[in-house]
Amino acid sequence: MNWDWQMFCEDTLDRTVREGCFGKDGDITYLDWMLSAWGWTVSVSLLALVLALVVGVVIGTLRTLENRPWTVRFGNAWVEFFRNIPLLVQIFIWYHVVPSIFPAMKSVSGFVLVVLALGFFTSARIAEQVRSGIQALPRGQRYAGMAMGFTTWQTYRYVLLPNAFRIIIPPLTSETMNIFKNSSVAFAVSVTELTMFAMQAQEETGRGIEVYLAVTGLYIVSAFTINRIMAFIEKRVRVPGLVAPGAAGGH
Amino acid sequence: MNFSLDWSFYNWDLISNFVIKGLGFSLMLTVIATLGGIFFGTVLALMRLSGKKWLDLPATIYVNGMRSIPLVMVILWFFLLVPLVIGKPIGAEMSAIITFIAFEAAYFSEIMRAGIQSVPRGQVFAGQALGMTYGQNMRLVVLPQAFRNMLPVLLTQTIILFQDTSLVYAIGAYDMLKGFEVAGKNFGRPMEAYLAAAVIYFVICFALSYWVKRLHKKIAIIR
Repeated sequence: MNWDWQMFCEDTLDRTVREGCFGKDGDITYLDWMLSAWGWTVSVSLLALVLALVVGVVIGTLRTLENRPWTVRFGNAWVEFFRNIPLLVQIFIWYHVVPSIFPAMKSVSGFVLVVLALGFFTSARIAEQVRSGIQALPRGQRYAGMAMGFTTWQTYRYVLLPNAFRIIIPPLTSETMNIFKNSSVAFAVSVTELTMFAMQAQEETGRGIEVYLAVTGLYIVSAFTINRIMAFIEKRVRVPGLVAPGAAGGH
Repeated sequence: MNFSLDWSFYNWDLISNFVIKGLGFSLMLTVIATLGGIFFGTVLALMRLSGKKWLDLPATIYVNGMRSIPLVMVILWFFLLVPLVIGKPIGAEMSAIITFIAFEAAYFSEIMRAGIQSVPRGQVFAGQALGMTYGQNMRLVVLPQAFRNMLPVLLTQTIILFQDTSLVYAIGAYDMLKGFEVAGKNFGRPMEAYLAAAVIYFVICFALSYWVKRLHKKIAIIR
């Protein structure tokens, strides 16, 4: 088979090859389009990650509160709800059902809906990691906090959570990489991220293999970057002498 | 807030014409991909644990490669490549089956690798002391214990796999989600359709994961 990498330099409208591979004056080439699609993938993923971390930490913490059975049940229900429905179905729910319940959501763009869907979906998984991270700590940690006269909030803020975060960095790394992979599902509601680009450019140019190779390469680069960043964070926040119990793996 | 469902949408017609066919495919895809994925995953795991570089390296590249690409991209790749390789078009359904076996093999191989490593070394030595060949040792001593230890994890992966089957939407294969989507479009009731799909997925996955949790407890006690 013969390669045709030049297609990336073609204009997306009239399919003529542009010099320098980037379009000028508002014209865009397939290369421009792909890079902007990568930008969408990264923004969807990062925003969803922030949402998932905030919600996930709160829900995960609620699930470990002692003597608060209803709070724990709420947290468990949250996790089961978002974990047992496929992400694609959740995106359709956000797209087709939520706006009819809350009319204010009608004017919200597909981008925001995907961030919400991906964020809440991942929050359930992060909540599960946070819960198991907190519960992996020796019980004495909590009692030590209580013995110091800490309130529940202070015990979590100064004793439990800092320890738990260090334990769950490895599973959080894979969740972060999962967010990037899962953001590909946004194609279903026409957010022009990498997968959507791959499908459309494949259809328009017929050079599927080149397009898919480039897109796959970008996904691998993104995943590798995340991996390195998280490894750096893990190294920076490491507390000498704290051996994380049960921190092996995650998937 | 004007939220009301058209309950007449949910009738036997919907189930028999749209849902059963799609649910059947989703379940079939899950079962075939689980069995095929575990088989090839075990082969990959054995390759990685063989200690021979020419077996280990390709298996490692394959597994890590598959695990760093989104499933949707893998689905698109196979839909594009398989017809080129075998020289004739195959349907979206067949393409989905091949894709899921190949993709899940990478994930199952990680589970099986952990499972094989969880079997104490003494078991392998005992097998060797009895004069067993590598094949006998694996088949009769190591793999049965590895499977047993990893059963809950394998089943959890199967539940994830069942959820992931909804992604065949990308190539237009007719799974359960597609069935609901078509029905929703035909009757102009997308909201009811997607809600029903969510409920069914939830019930199946929740029930399965509850069962796996109980199974896990049972297995944990005996060990």
